[in-house]
Amino acid sequence: MLTDSILTLATFVPTAGAIVVALLPRKGKVLQWWTLIVSLITFGLTLHLPAHFAYGQPGYQFEQNHVWVVSPAIRYHLGVDGLSMWLVVLTGFLSVIGVLASWNVIEKRTKEFYFFFLLQQTAMIGVFVALDMFLYYCFWELSLVPMAILIAIFGPERGPKTALKFFCYTFIPSALFLVAILWLYAKTGTFDYVELQRALTTNSALFAPEALWWVALAFLVAFAVKVPVFPLHGWLSDTIYEAPSAMAMVVAGKLGLYSILRFNLGLFPAQSRMFAPLMIALAVIGILYGACVALAQTNLRRLVSYAMLSALSFCVLGIFSFSLAGLNGALYQTLNEGLTGSSFLILVGFLHERYGTYEMSQYGGLAARLPNMATFYVITALALIGLPILNGFVGEFLILSGSFAGHERWVAAATIGVILGAAYMLWMIQRIFYGPQSSFVTNSPAPDLVGREYVALVPIALLMLVMGVASPYWMHAINEGVSSLANSSTQTVTSTAIAEKR
Amino acid sequence: MNTSLSILRILPEVILCVTGALIMLVEPFLAPTTSRKSLGWLAVLGVLGALVASLYQYQLAPGTAYFGVFQTDPFSVFFYVLICGIVLASLLIALDSTSDSTSGLGEYFALACFGATGMLLMTSAVELLLVFIGLEISSISTYILAGFRRKSAKGPEAAIKYFLLGSFATAFFLYGIALIFGATGTTAIYDIAAKLGSSQMPLLAVIGLGMILIGLGFKVSAVPFQVWTPDVYEGAPSPVVALMSTAPKAAAFAVLLRILYGALPTLHAHWVPIVWWLAVLSMTVGNLGALRQKNVKRLLAYSSIAHAGYILVAFTALSADGIAAASFYTVSYAAMNVGVFAVVSHVGGFDDRLTLIEDYRGLAWRSPLLGGAMAFFLISLIGIPFTGGFFGKFYVFSAALHSGFIWLAVIGLANSGIAAFYYLRVATAIYSKAPESSPIASVPRATVPLLFALLITVAATLILGIVPGKILGVAKAGAATYPSVNASAPETTAAGR
Repeated sequence: MLTDSILTLATFVPTAGAIVVALLPRKGKVLQWWTLIVSLITFGLTLHLPAHFAYGQPGYQFEQNHVWVVSPAIRYHLGVDGLSMWLVVLTGFLSVIGVLASWNVIEKRTKEFYFFFLLQQTAMIGVFVALDMFLYYCFWELSLVPMAILIAIFGPERGPKTALKFFCYTFIPSALFLVAILWLYAKTGTFDYVELQRALTTNSALFAPEALWWVALAFLVAFAVKVPVFPLHGWLSDTIYEAPSAMAMVVAGKLGLYSILRFNLGLFPAQSRMFAPLMIALAVIGILYGACVALAQTNLRRLVSYAMLSALSFCVLGIFSFSLAGLNGALYQTLNEGLTGSSFLILVGFLHERYGTYEMSQYGGLAARLPNMATFYVITALALIGLPILNGFVGEFLILSGSFAGHERWVAAATIGVILGAAYMLWMIQRIFYGPQSSFVTNSPAPDLVGREYVALVPIALLMLVMGVASPYWMHAINEGVSSLANSSTQTVTSTAIAEKR
Repeated sequence: MNTSLSILRILPEVILCVTGALIMLVEPFLAPTTSRKSLGWLAVLGVLGALVASLYQYQLAPGTAYFGVFQTDPFSVFFYVLICGIVLASLLIALDSTSDSTSGLGEYFALACFGATGMLLMTSAVELLLVFIGLEISSISTYILAGFRRKSAKGPEAAIKYFLLGSFATAFFLYGIALIFGATGTTAIYDIAAKLGSSQMPLLAVIGLGMILIGLGFKVSAVPFQVWTPDVYEGAPSPVVALMSTAPKAAAFAVLLRILYGALPTLHAHWVPIVWWLAVLSMTVGNLGALRQKNVKRLLAYSSIAHAGYILVAFTALSADGIAAASFYTVSYAAMNVGVFAVVSHVGGFDDRLTLIEDYRGLAWRSPLLGGAMAFFLISLIGIPFTGGFFGKFYVFSAALHSGFIWLAVIGLANSGIAAFYYLRVATAIYSKAPESSPIASVPRATVPLLFALLITVAATLILGIVPGKILGVAKAGAATYPSVNASAPETTAAGR
């Protein structure tokens, strides 16, 4: 019974929670507690998925498929497979962490914050579970709105401007993406992902190759902006800087990367192959560029944003290697990035809560005062660098080894990015926590981590460790999810290669 | 002819006429100091009655009345209900933003009823002369309403501008009717289609078509006939703008659909390219013009030009889906635009105290309800999913793509991307911090009529966005009344556009 409607519940429980938030009084911590409860319920519901996931079974699970609008043929089609399952769980997990991280930071306008925060959870889970292009597009666009509004409200310096920039960056490519969806519908008469995939593989004579190339490009650009892929990253730094931590945690990465995997590789394997050389080059440039710019940052929060750009570019590299290892690594790294990036942002937020600044030059010798916080910083930094036994290592290793064959030079360059990553992270730790204590730190005493903060940080840190040593537990589903993509892209390529030889 | 049935076919018009006349009759008997708002509630009752009568017409067997000049069919009923709904909401908005001392309030409500009568006539008439009469009735009422703030300098200016250009446009429209009569010997819409095939002078009909397009292009403010729009919207009172930016447009679009698909489907090779250009120009000029506006009402005026362009996109599709899409978009545009103007007229008041985007800063903190509603309507105007605006846009461009107009869809959706920018400027202003001593603090609390108006428009926008099936079904039933679309569609995809 629960299995039949689990995805609908997981998607819309946050919306129901949001409606209640609108009605609750702005008193004490009522809103925080309520949102925490809703998030915990949502997380609990998402955990139902891995608990009942049938490994080895092809196709989608926990499916729901109803007519939404008869004509045009829009269906309410939900389902998960190995590709999306852990991303759904991650979203549920991060929503709990997000509430904890915002507990005290968001003092004013709490009602608006938690209302839109919960709406954002619906949009993100919806993106991962929708199997109808129209439905998917709805959630995809919806995910912009709460984010933009919260940035506008809470941006410390240029909130409204940043919100506009963020929105337009994503919305304008999405408009062309919609044209592409409509074009596919005009050709096939369906928005259903599964049927579209079938039509595109079995009935390829229906589509002119050049037209498909444009369609695939429209998809790719819309998703690449959201990842972001260099040179479409213009919104990232400001958005991470201005957005509340709980929103910055989820703004980049998983939505775009998932969409590339699902739709670009799933629907247009041959076209994706054509884009691969360019995308690999852009990914490697992104890795190096992000790392170099991160090295030059004096502002902690901006450093995080460029570190994210660099880390996310690794995932893109893995995806467009088209090897099984690379794809596995890319998806695994997407999960990792969700964790480490969040952990990093939360820590930065906690530091800002205490000292009111992101400027690294103000800090120095903090480890003596905040030893526990320093520990978490170091763990997160090491995970991001890719130290073995932490999660980042698994992902990076798979990506680099999976993409090495065929792209030796690019991957060699990407490896430099790993070294640079270690450099900026360790340097950051050194500047903030070690060395002589700065007068600023001496003059403004602050307490070390408190209970609620531990509740937010310890689970993430534990997960980083567990995902580093027990990766097969996650890989099992991931491998099933991406292996069909790796196969389909090789199959199509070999068949086109044969066709060319003839 | 069955007279009682005929009466039923024009019952909404009759109710509105009687209500309007009643208001005019009662008004002089009220003491000069008495509030005229009770007359507004009378008008609301009348419009509600017309709305019920329109809904009742849906069960009526389609057919004509009074020597075949009226036609009740799902298409006309669709627009009847829409127009009655718009007028209802705009009356509520007027009740909210006017004060007891606003002068001439009685005439205001009477004129709204008379104008609505004209608009209803336009959508059900299948005789060009009756269309013209309806157009005149509705136009004259709106000319007067536009100049309702006699004391402000911008009011009369808006009215005069609207009146002069509007009369020109109606003259063009009339001339077009005359030329078509010359070519075919009839002014009955469905006869024209039949006689056009054997016409001796098809060129005359084409020129007539051009004239009609100019006349109606003015009414829907399509580029290049849009120049009046920003000034008039700025000068007219906001409740009037809520009405005139939606209801007469809906009626004009209905007429345009009737004429193009009912009377002149065989000339589609001529009018499809023209409409294509009108659509592209309207979308582009409207959106680019809106980018630089500082005044919310002018911004919304340019946005309404752009939205007229989106609706015209659907006209090019030459299919039942296209007609249904145009009808559907008209509804969703009406819902969100009336909603926006409900907030604008409450914030600015009848005499437009606050109209700049800057003035809106902090609205959401002054009143979370008003700010939230305004943001919601703006999001729908952008075309974000789960709102009527998105589904309308989706449906319009889907119809265009189905007929092979890829470039039209690309241009249109790229335009909607640009549009996001200026709508968001307002939305982010609403949610940003109000400056010290901001006038926003003086915005009064929402009144009961306003709450009703917001309830209607928010509910409509959400229903259109989440469960559009029912309304889409009615729009399709309306589209099915045009026999031409199924016969003439396929070969006209205008490849290469």
